Amino acid sequence: MKSGSRVEATRSSTRRQFLAAGSLAVGGAAALVASGEALAAEPAAGAENLPPNVPEWMKQPGADTGSEPYGLPSKFEKSIVRVLKKDTEQQTSSQSQTPLQDIDGIIVPNGLFYERHHGGIPEIDPAQHRLMIHGLVERPTVFTVDDIKRYPSESRIHFLECSGNPPYTKIYAKTAGELVGLASCCEWTGAPLKTVLEDVGLKPEAKWIIAEGADAAALTRSIPIEKCLEDAMLVYSQNGERLRPAQGYPLRILVPGYEGNMNVKWLRRLHVTNEPIYSREETSRYTDLMPDGTARKFTFMMEAKSIITRPSGTHKIQPGFNEITGLAWTGRGKVAKVDVSTDGGKTWQAAKLQEPVLTRAFTRFRLAWTWDGKPTTIISRVTDETGYVQPSFEQLKDVRGLNGQYHNNATWPWKIAETGEVTNAHVKA
Amino acid sequence: MPMSRLSLVGAAIVLVCTTTLVYGQSKFGFGKKATDAEIAGWSIDVDRDGKYLPPGHGTVSQGRELFQNQCAACHGEKGEGGIGDKLVGGKGTLATAKPVKTVGSYWPYAPTLFDYIRRAMPLNAPESLTNDEVYALSGYILNMNGIVPADAAMDAKSLSAVKMPNRDGFVDDPRPDVP
Repeated sequence: MKSGSRVEATRSSTRRQFLAAGSLAVGGAAALVASGEALAAEPAAGAENLPPNVPEWMKQPGADTGSEPYGLPSKFEKSIVRVLKKDTEQQTSSQSQTPLQDIDGIIVPNGLFYERHHGGIPEIDPAQHRLMIHGLVERPTVFTVDDIKRYPSESRIHFLECSGNPPYTKIYAKTAGELVGLASCCEWTGAPLKTVLEDVGLKPEAKWIIAEGADAAALTRSIPIEKCLEDAMLVYSQNGERLRPAQGYPLRILVPGYEGNMNVKWLRRLHVTNEPIYSREETSRYTDLMPDGTARKFTFMMEAKSIITRPSGTHKIQPGFNEITGLAWTGRGKVAKVDVSTDGGKTWQAAKLQEPVLTRAFTRFRLAWTWDGKPTTIISRVTDETGYVQPSFEQLKDVRGLNGQYHNNATWPWKIAETGEVTNAHVKA
Repeated sequence: MPMSRLSLVGAAIVLVCTTTLVYGQSKFGFGKKATDAEIAGWSIDVDRDGKYLPPGHGTVSQGRELFQNQCAACHGEKGEGGIGDKLVGGKGTLATAKPVKTVGSYWPYAPTLFDYIRRAMPLNAPESLTNDEVYALSGYILNMNGIVPADAAMDAKSLSAVKMPNRDGFVDDPRPDVP
């Protein structure tokens, strides 16, 4: 293709239309048509797009502006998808994880946000959705979604994490996302719950609020009134667009720093009471069984956690300079520091934290590192603003045993072999 | 044309009336009053003491038949589990290396059984069972766990009176506990 063909093609509206359609069966024009498919099919040996040659995609116009009314990632990024749970017989009550190793910065795109559903993902017409607030309030009220959107709004960046991320018996996964990808972070927009509660008028004896979803599980959790008045939100948007169906469209409650399932999606009811409801999801589930056979209840707080996301499991590194980077967060507030060990925990160095460090949000950390090519183990360890230090798995196991299932916030060691291959240092015996 | 004093007064009266029509003393005045009927239709929470349990009743034997039709495909003929949770057994296993958490071994409150079955079961058709059916199923699952006798009938009073074996098995969150 001659370099002049770009100009020629832009002048010809007919040809432009052919290009946009990616049609190959258009007689004489076919030689000019090079759809994405055709380009990808060309031999990859292709030094023809590398210097000193001019790459193919500069020799003809690209796709029309707006050819994708809702934009999607490049087709070359198709492998960046959520991790699906395989060891399950049904996907109605199941989960998918964020590929944390492929996330840059602290914001997880909506399409990669982790999922945990208990009765599938309902398709809700927002015009047919209502939020009822009743119980110990002066004015029991039914709100439309538009009513909630009329309240003074707020946007905040917070992480959300499933309490079983991962269970104490499932620490052997290959990638960072498979291990602790039941955590994501994004910008949420909605009305502070406090504003709405003050508007319906809380009675003095109000101590708990039971939140219920409009899914097939009618998932129900009790939330302490203090948390509802502190920083809970009625959320309708994430990362600038309306909530995705999998994140509770058209309305969810957000209780920052508390375990994921309390952030009830498809929120339809807030029942204000003087005691918790002791629903199945806070008795049979989401209680932490200890070695002595007792179980901890109302274990809301997601304690400080960090993980190195690059290099991490399945990556391969070269000797010389390697940036170590990862994510840290804590339900108790802000990350104060992240230490990284490149010698299996013998010595630790402070990583650099990406500003701004936000409350109850992912915090990106980085450490410049030169790998000498010798086998080693790298680990990160976060300390939060309360002084709490992320424990090792052994420390957690000594106190809680392996049956607890939830709130495993151990440090994650990655083993680096002489070949540069990175693997999970926890290996199933 | 300037508005007459009279029509100004009239406008003020209209304004006052409109304001007082807004529900209660709400600052923003959004939403509408939830009627008793609306609340009754939606409020399905059952607390641990069973004081929100609805009228109705069902027997263990009715529950046995319902269970085979509505539950056994996922939970097994005898509640031994399958696609769905194991519902029976596990007594004495909670402090072992392989704990088996079931209604019988783990659940602290019987009214929660009614609450959960009514709101979420069966998985493919939640909220399709009548209250009588939910009482019957609750009774049968308790019976399979040896907690109520085979001739038991369940209603708000009898289900609330059931003392679950693991009722006292739960403790408050002691964290931070490590390190």
